[in-house]
Amino acid sequence: MSTNIVLAILVTSLATFSSRLLGAISSEGIKETSKLFRYFNCLAYSTLAALIARTIIFPVGVLSDASYLSRATVVLFCLFIFFISKRNFVYPTVISAIMMALLSGYL
Amino acid sequence: MVNKEFFFKGFKSILAPDSPALALGCCFIAIGALLKNLGFNIQESIFSTMLTYALPGSLVMAESLLVGASLLNIFLAVWFVNARLYPMAVSLFPLMMHESQPRWKYYFSCHFIAVSAWLIMKSKYKEIDKKFRIDFWIGIGCATWATAVIGTFIGFYASDYLDKNMMMGLAILNPIYFLCMMVGAMKTIQIAASVVLGLLLGPIFYFLSPEWSILLGGLVGGTIAYLIGELNVN
Repeated sequence: MSTNIVLAILVTSLATFSSRLLGAISSEGIKETSKLFRYFNCLAYSTLAALIARTIIFPVGVLSDASYLSRATVVLFCLFIFFISKRNFVYPTVISAIMMALLSGYL
Repeated sequence: MVNKEFFFKGFKSILAPDSPALALGCCFIAIGALLKNLGFNIQESIFSTMLTYALPGSLVMAESLLVGASLLNIFLAVWFVNARLYPMAVSLFPLMMHESQPRWKYYFSCHFIAVSAWLIMKSKYKEIDKKFRIDFWIGIGCATWATAVIGTFIGFYASDYLDKNMMMGLAILNPIYFLCMMVGAMKTIQIAASVVLGLLLGPIFYFLSPEWSILLGGLVGGTIAYLIGELNVN
């Protein structure tokens, strides 16, 4: 293994684990019925939603080569499928991959 | 030690028809292929997924390596993207804390905090006796972690057979799955407001600062949602 890549992996895992461990340590004194817990619950859902929106609208990696139109079409169609399939998670997920692979060549 | 019954109950929960295993595995197939294209060998790819186990962080590391960023830059970029894990941990661990359980279980299992495992645990914790929730959580974490490692392995060796369109298809799976799960979780006014505001504010803050956009979007959106919920209750 090249040292450069191994160091990058170690640095990445350190940056990731520090947030997880700090969260585990600081949650020790928090009760699940407290206002502070509800506040962090809101922060977690909101941060995740922000991450998902950013991943779709401003992606990094291979998805950044797909057009905005193709990504928007896939997202809207999959949400439509999600609601008409009585909130089934599997159908929209599978359809999204097939649609994206097909649309990326045309849109 | 870990209670086997609850551990395996958690482990098997990813076999449910609506579990995130499929989406998670497919995304790590894309990651495995990406890492191979970046020049990682199989050991480095597996090592990366095992130690990091966070998709956005792995992507940021890969992109940073590609542009020749320094280790400090990589650390900061990954920290910004993965700082979301802090509120996720704080909003999950109090649900699993029990005085009879040793602390090491909590510190060890915090490595499994990731969107997929977090969402499964959030939807199932009420079905499990509080004393054994941590064992159930470790089971979920081991299963999703193993899925990620297997996905990376498959992606690394399948990369020669995956064209760009197929890679795009794999890459969109996870955000779509998580989006549906988040929309499905909008059962209270606080959660609904948190999700909607996060979805709106994340991209808006991106124009101000790409690095801070997720944290700012989450902080501002979550705070407003909390206040809306509290006012509604009052």
